[in-house]
Amino acid sequence: MSTPDTSYFEHDADIGIIGRGATVEQAFEAAAQAVFAIVTDLDLVQPSTIITIEFEEADLEFALVTWLNQLLGKAREQRLVFSRFHVQHNGDKWRTKALGEKWHAGLERGVEVKGATLTMLSVKQSGPMWEVRCVVDV
Amino acid sequence: MDIKQLQQLQPYLWRFPSKPGEQRGEVLLYGNAPLLISMDDKVLEQIANVASLPGLVDAAITMPDAHWGYGFPIGGVAAFDAEQGGVISAGGVGFDISCGIRCLRSNLNLQDTVSNFSELADRLFKTIPAGVGEEGDIKLNPKQLDEVLQDGAKWAVQHGYGNAAELEYVEEQGRVSSAVPECVSELAKKRQRGEMGTLGSGNHYLEVQVVDQIFDAAAASAFGLHKDQLIVSIHCGSRGLGHQIGTDYLIMLAKAANRLGIHLPNRELACAPIKSLEGQQYIGAMNAAINCALANRQILAHLTRVAFADVFSQVTLETLFDVSHNTCKLETHEINGNSRLLHVHRKGATRAFGPGHSLLPERYRAAGQPVIIGGSMGTGSYILAGCSGNPAFASASHGAGRAMSRRQAKKHWQGRRLIDELAQQGILIRTRSMRGAAEEAPGAYKDVDLVAQATEQAGLARRVAFLRPKICVKG
Repeated sequence: MSTPDTSYFEHDADIGIIGRGATVEQAFEAAAQAVFAIVTDLDLVQPSTIITIEFEEADLEFALVTWLNQLLGKAREQRLVFSRFHVQHNGDKWRTKALGEKWHAGLERGVEVKGATLTMLSVKQSGPMWEVRCVVDV
Repeated sequence: MDIKQLQQLQPYLWRFPSKPGEQRGEVLLYGNAPLLISMDDKVLEQIANVASLPGLVDAAITMPDAHWGYGFPIGGVAAFDAEQGGVISAGGVGFDISCGIRCLRSNLNLQDTVSNFSELADRLFKTIPAGVGEEGDIKLNPKQLDEVLQDGAKWAVQHGYGNAAELEYVEEQGRVSSAVPECVSELAKKRQRGEMGTLGSGNHYLEVQVVDQIFDAAAASAFGLHKDQLIVSIHCGSRGLGHQIGTDYLIMLAKAANRLGIHLPNRELACAPIKSLEGQQYIGAMNAAINCALANRQILAHLTRVAFADVFSQVTLETLFDVSHNTCKLETHEINGNSRLLHVHRKGATRAFGPGHSLLPERYRAAGQPVIIGGSMGTGSYILAGCSGNPAFASASHGAGRAMSRRQAKKHWQGRRLIDELAQQGILIRTRSMRGAAEEAPGAYKDVDLVAQATEQAGLARRVAFLRPKICVKG
């Protein structure tokens, strides 16, 4: 498994996240890594629990925000933290998986991410690479 | 921010003129030159975009602590008239709906208690669930959660958290009407079931503070404040429920705007006409989240009392005030001599009713509404009082405002070392997140003194007391 290509951009109050990949799916997966790396040290998270999220969204930018927010919602609902992600996309249908584990004392406490926003939101292909970005509220 | 773009109208009031052909309403910025220069240009871009929304009344406004947010700038205020096609915006409220501060005044003085601060800090940290991944002891079933969403802090009092008399000192007496739990998604409700009575993380905190300086003796007396008195401030909001409502409605409102032909200069302004189905659904859900936040702070106030009582058996902690700073509220305002019913968005801005306002409790009616400007964990906070003739829809600043991004702060400070340095200054920090502590370093925030002074000079609210932090529980 290749290392996800993630980075961040500056924002006054919150945090800008960036995910890159050879496909839009890989870029989405990297964006999720960027989000959950704010929450904890992902190297310590065991991918022992798997959840599935499916949704329909034709707009790529809205799809990114929808997916990140559903991940954050499921994580909080089930007291999970995720470290690995898999995205499949066919037209407006998105089938995704997230792997992680329940919170426990051995995990680093980072900062809670409240949600992904539409601010600085973009999903773009540049040459052979896709880059997705948005600001997340912390 | 390049203030050469602005026109100075008064020492603490500036105008951002529109460009030729630009179709938007007025933009006004409160603050002095140093504060405005320290703001990102994005603040100006965001508030100008707000001024382009339909049904805006008077002007889109920023407070002296404004900074770049999402949708609206943080410190943004805008009022809309439903009868003139006015809109409601999820980005104008924020994800942490009804985030705010509950302030408690104690009967304790610094000199009588300082030797017990370490024990008190530990007791508070053990009692108050704080930080990412933490849950509270209160587990609500779906019926109980719907009751919370309908009844707010009143629900909490009815279930043994605090007393009914203190609700007079909570905005809306602890409960907003027009909450519609049916407009809240199942996922939002599920997220909240383990999060009642939790503090959260990021910039949320519970602080024990000491009254360090009194500026307005009469107002301080009305608020029950005196020098060296211990105060508790609890800063948090509607937790997972509010976060989920914010995210649920963001894309729905963006699509509604597109469908209803509202031109958005940026999708981040996602909004819908107040009278539209989507607008009404968001308002119903947002009001449910406000009640959730009011209940949450009521429960946290109770837990704080429990922790204090373990250390100081004779303590009393009365609610001074509870005020939200991420809301949209239906209020009556005088515009050009006419009384109008408006939806006032305050995104990182505090309502600040002046003396005599009918919605203020009798005790504060002569002084004006208590306004709380929360500062960083190393500097301090202010209690102010609302002014007569507030020109910004009765709004004032809400905090120091960030001067540095979280990522920059992490490069500048190391959490453990920062906590040790603050301890040497007599400020005890309790947190599970060293990363979070670094991000919240006092140096990452603007000078709260400048913000409070500018708030007063601009006629938004007048300073009553300065509070210095002694214990801070961070998420």
